[in-house]
Amino acid sequence: MAAGRAVDLKTKLLTLFVVATNVLGNVSMSWGMKHQNAELGLSPLAYIRLIFSPWVLLGTMLLILWLLSRMTLLGWADLSYVLPVTAIGYVLTAILGKYFLGEEISYQGWAGTGLIVAGIILVGLTRPNTTGSEQRR
Amino acid sequence: MKWALVATVVGCTALADLLQSFEMKRHVVAVEDLRPGRLGRMLAGLARRGPLVLAVFFMAISFFAFMKLLSVADLAFAVPVTAASVVLETVLAKLVLKETVTVKRWAGACLVACGVALLAM
Repeated sequence: MAAGRAVDLKTKLLTLFVVATNVLGNVSMSWGMKHQNAELGLSPLAYIRLIFSPWVLLGTMLLILWLLSRMTLLGWADLSYVLPVTAIGYVLTAILGKYFLGEEISYQGWAGTGLIVAGIILVGLTRPNTTGSEQRR
Repeated sequence: MKWALVATVVGCTALADLLQSFEMKRHVVAVEDLRPGRLGRMLAGLARRGPLVLAVFFMAISFFAFMKLLSVADLAFAVPVTAASVVLETVLAKLVLKETVTVKRWAGACLVACGVALLAM
């Protein structure tokens, strides 16, 4: 059972990493897009310059890490576990958006946040992997 | 047009996730491979796995369809309807991937989908 618990802890740590890279990647991207100097027209040059601006570049790298870590996580845990649990990203993005990007959260938004957190707690109570190698059918 | 785009986004996201979950469980990535020094090798290894390449292709289609959806509908419509994919994918995880979806997981998935919808509206 101790081994099973170590596997669960490893899975939970990776879940945290997946959420962190997703949220920070999105905020960094959004910050970069909002604080660009040039008006984005049809010129491809403006887009290329935008891609190489520091915040957008950081955001892109974080989102690549997100993609890789999420793929790894899908190998370690069930899809029906990963999807609800990583939805905490929506909540964190909204909260960071409020504090760093000056976006508003309505009462309805807070109600949604509550539902997401409740759902995550429910799913978080289940075992992350029901089909993995340690439990063959 | 709007609903065709929604179907494309949700369908492609579900396909991409199913493919990734299926393929990543066939050959599980070890903890040691997650060290920063081995990241390049890990990426190269993943890029050679057909189902994952296909999954990224579906993710790209889903991404561009979502962008197109945003041009014909509001964000307050687009995010909630695509949040329904959490529930759809839970159904598929049970049917296709044979995962054990308990009552707690069903309830959690439904709450999360409703929450995302509320948060976005």
